[in-house]
Amino acid sequence: MAVVFNKTQGLTEKEFHYCPGCTHGIIHRITAEVLEELGVLGDAIGVAPVGCSVLAYDYFNCDMNEAAHGRAPAVATGIKRALPDKVVFTYQGDGDLASIGAAEVVHAAHRGEKITTIFVNNAIYGMTGGQMAPTTLVGQKATTAPYGRDESLCGQPLKVSEMLATINGAAFVERVAVDTPANIRKAKKAIKKAFECQLEGKGYAIVEVLSTCPTNWGMTPVDAISWLQENMMPYYPMGNLRNPWEVE
Amino acid sequence: MAKVLMKGNEAVGAAAIKAGCKYFFGYPITPQNEVPEYMSKELPKIGGSFVQAESEVAAINMVYGAAGAGVRVMTSSSSPGIALKQEGISYIAGAELPCVIVNMMRGGPGLGSIQSSQSDYFQATRGGGNGDYRTLVYAPANVQELVDYTMKAFDMADYYRNPVLVLGDGMIGQMMEPIEFKETEKMDLPEKDWATTGTKGARKPNIVNSLRLQAPELEALNQKIEAKYMEMEEKEVIYESYKLEDAEIVFVAYGTVSRITKNAIDLLEQEGIKAGLIRPITLWPFPNKAFAEIPATAKALMSVEMSQGGQMIDDVKIANEGRLPIGFYGRSGGMVPAPQAIVEAAKELLGGVK
Amino acid sequence: MAKAKGKVTFDEARCKGCGLCVTVCPVGIIKLDTSRINVKGYHPATVDEMDKCIGCANCATMCPDVIISVERE
Repeated sequence: MAVVFNKTQGLTEKEFHYCPGCTHGIIHRITAEVLEELGVLGDAIGVAPVGCSVLAYDYFNCDMNEAAHGRAPAVATGIKRALPDKVVFTYQGDGDLASIGAAEVVHAAHRGEKITTIFVNNAIYGMTGGQMAPTTLVGQKATTAPYGRDESLCGQPLKVSEMLATINGAAFVERVAVDTPANIRKAKKAIKKAFECQLEGKGYAIVEVLSTCPTNWGMTPVDAISWLQENMMPYYPMGNLRNPWEVE
Repeated sequence: MAKVLMKGNEAVGAAAIKAGCKYFFGYPITPQNEVPEYMSKELPKIGGSFVQAESEVAAINMVYGAAGAGVRVMTSSSSPGIALKQEGISYIAGAELPCVIVNMMRGGPGLGSIQSSQSDYFQATRGGGNGDYRTLVYAPANVQELVDYTMKAFDMADYYRNPVLVLGDGMIGQMMEPIEFKETEKMDLPEKDWATTGTKGARKPNIVNSLRLQAPELEALNQKIEAKYMEMEEKEVIYESYKLEDAEIVFVAYGTVSRITKNAIDLLEQEGIKAGLIRPITLWPFPNKAFAEIPATAKALMSVEMSQGGQMIDDVKIANEGRLPIGFYGRSGGMVPAPQAIVEAAKELLGGVK
Repeated sequence: MAKAKGKVTFDEARCKGCGLCVTVCPVGIIKLDTSRINVKGYHPATVDEMDKCIGCANCATMCPDVIISVERE
């Protein structure tokens, strides 16, 4: 028998600290596989966020930086400007990127920084205990929205990919999900393109990954996948919003 | 090397480039705009990179990234902008990264004014950010010193793996003075084998990080950093003592105000009053040992600052150890002390000292 | 046409019993073994009828903890 699936060299041996069924692990794996498949693991420098994936620096088997909350795109900018030949990426959650780091991601895209962002949207603050995020759906309960997100007070959830797709410097923008094996394979393809976008010097690239948070959503991992499909997918449609190769 | 006439803010940039800095991340704020302007013009010529960031917060985090990548990097700002940079400065200290930060102080609090001030002494020496950290702080008094200490700051930052602050003010940033770029001795600096430059598959990943979730690990990091601060306190203190011999009153002043205070000392001399000066050049570590040089003739100390009520005076009190009465003269909001006003304040203090 | 023959191996000690692999197995052979708990305190995922495995790697693709390896003939 031939091995058809084995753990990638792009990940360290460290066990993920994530809760059972948390899809961060899937997104870590496909990102690491892409780095390995593109042969850039030795040139990769990643930037971890603050949030559940704060310890991502322990899991990716490449040089890593831990940024202040939301500042990963600024840190990545500093790295890429100093080492333009290296492959620089940020891995950020929705509290980190869409709230406190909104300015940093918008302007990294706006400058067309040749970096790649993996943006994990699970519609909640996970690490701090299930508080409302800019991406929390209307009516969705959170520990700081105990009656559900009230649109009249908190607005509608921020559609980060659509917003960034209005920026010319954002060369590659795609929203994917990791709810099924088929979608995971699509997500990996998008992440690969997002790194190729950087390798070809085309500009800023971001992949928004719809993800689950069984613990803070208060569901089993299997129910959380269904909730993502039924509630997040209609509001956050999947698909490519910017593709530098189609433009040419 | 021949002397050239340069504006302080541009001289900072030239000194940084001379020291091997090719990367600058900044954000416009008066009265330091000539620093980023100069860097935006010069860095592309030497294969470096200048980024006008979206904010001071972003700029200092770009510095964090570039410093982590192992290059010499600088940012500059003025008081409210430095306040915004405190987040990043704390992280840079925690991750043990080297960088140089220039503050051309302006009046505060809040938006304050765009005129000169020294009201960020606490911010500079106590650290405006969170946690147990310090930054080495140089306070040049003229443009030549601004050049010299900016260059030295890069060596010190690399040696200690810690942010180094060059603390000037609007006056020193805006004034033009003749300067020369002296050839300095090359410091023996450790290799940056901790930098994140890509593993090339040849080593274990490097991680630039200030997070230590386990309490004993964070305490160990703090102990390691503290040991560096103790070494700085022992080795890096710089100060000038001026006319201390037989002085009846000893002023303590730094930066541009020390020059005005020297004028006041000359005026007092003409009136037959002997006055001297201790000028801290490193504000942190503060030159406590300079106070041992104060002669027995001294009846009082006076801290002179561009600050309302004084900030450095707290360190003067610590260094004085209760020995002499301490007076204060200060102006704020962009008002600059006049020599004659310092003279009057000194005479009043001496008149009241038994 | 003969079905492909596969084999999956679980790094059982690292399994968190989330059950996502169970839901994506096209031949329905993965289950959480409720008769046992692993070192982490979870019912680990397991396969009894390995001869039915087609080596599609859906389970490994879905596993958030990267504990599954897959072989195929």
